[in-house]
Amino acid sequence: MNVAASAVRAEGFEAPGPSIFDLPPVFSIGAVGVTKPMLQLFLAALLVFGFFYAAARQRSMVPGKLQYAGESAYGFVRNNLGRDIIGSHDFLRFMPYLAALFFFVLINNLFATIPFIQFPTFSRAGMAYALAGLSWVVYNAVGIRKHGLFGYLKLQTVPSGVSKVMWPLLIPLEFFSNLVVRPVTLALRLFANMFAGHILLVLFSTGGLYLLQNEGIIGAIAGPLAWVMAIAVGFLEVLVQVLQAYVFALLNAMYISGALADEH
Amino acid sequence: MDGNLNMIGYGLAAIGPGVGIGLIFAAYINGVARQPEAQGRLQSIAILGFALAEALAIIGIALAFVL
Repeated sequence: MNVAASAVRAEGFEAPGPSIFDLPPVFSIGAVGVTKPMLQLFLAALLVFGFFYAAARQRSMVPGKLQYAGESAYGFVRNNLGRDIIGSHDFLRFMPYLAALFFFVLINNLFATIPFIQFPTFSRAGMAYALAGLSWVVYNAVGIRKHGLFGYLKLQTVPSGVSKVMWPLLIPLEFFSNLVVRPVTLALRLFANMFAGHILLVLFSTGGLYLLQNEGIIGAIAGPLAWVMAIAVGFLEVLVQVLQAYVFALLNAMYISGALADEH
Repeated sequence: MDGNLNMIGYGLAAIGPGVGIGLIFAAYINGVARQPEAQGRLQSIAILGFALAEALAIIGIALAFVL
């Protein structure tokens, strides 16, 4: 609302920037202000838990509608992310993590489109960093448990089939890329997509309003056109939100399968 | 109209990953057209390549706001 107000000011259009993501706290607990994205995290966790709990509560051989929906949702993650990537030998151990992760990220992303919420949780970088930190811990712990600390470091940093002359060059690079930068790009990918999508939507909607109110005849034509663009970008954003949730879970599965891989 | 040169720089920088992502999906479509039964395997590889190429654009947008 403060964005719309700032766009309507007469002295000129103020393009939306990173400041539109600084929401005031809804309420405070002690010195900690609880903001809307924090509440959305809890809501998304509750929705994922509630849906799968309800779907799995009364299981029967002939599934009802809810059980069928739950089974297909779980089956999508199980077959496309778990079995195909991690491999049929030990993917089942990771299914609770992967399925919960995929649907948690998916619902948090879709919050950007759902009316009256319309704020992507992961457009706050901290949320995405926390989630990527979790996946960093998971895939490293899995690898260290399987190969031991030094075996795992060797697996991740020493590329196979490369002559030893190149090792001093490649080992630091691989270490940097596989163990340091990976969680950062994982988090930034999710964050930047949500951030850029939300800015685009705000830009087209507030820009359309500004044109309509301040630019006379041309604005009366261009303003609604901007809103049409906002709707089109909205649909594109739904695609991006689903795709990013998929990519996030897919990369988690790939990192886990990379950590589990046998030495060549 | 005020703005930031970083954004022009980011626009230029996004050309590279854009071309890269285009090439990745061109190869993926080619592969599926030649051998439709390989779609399942190619899809995850294509999306991995897309994610890696996109990472460059993402690092760009992060730096555009940070610098």
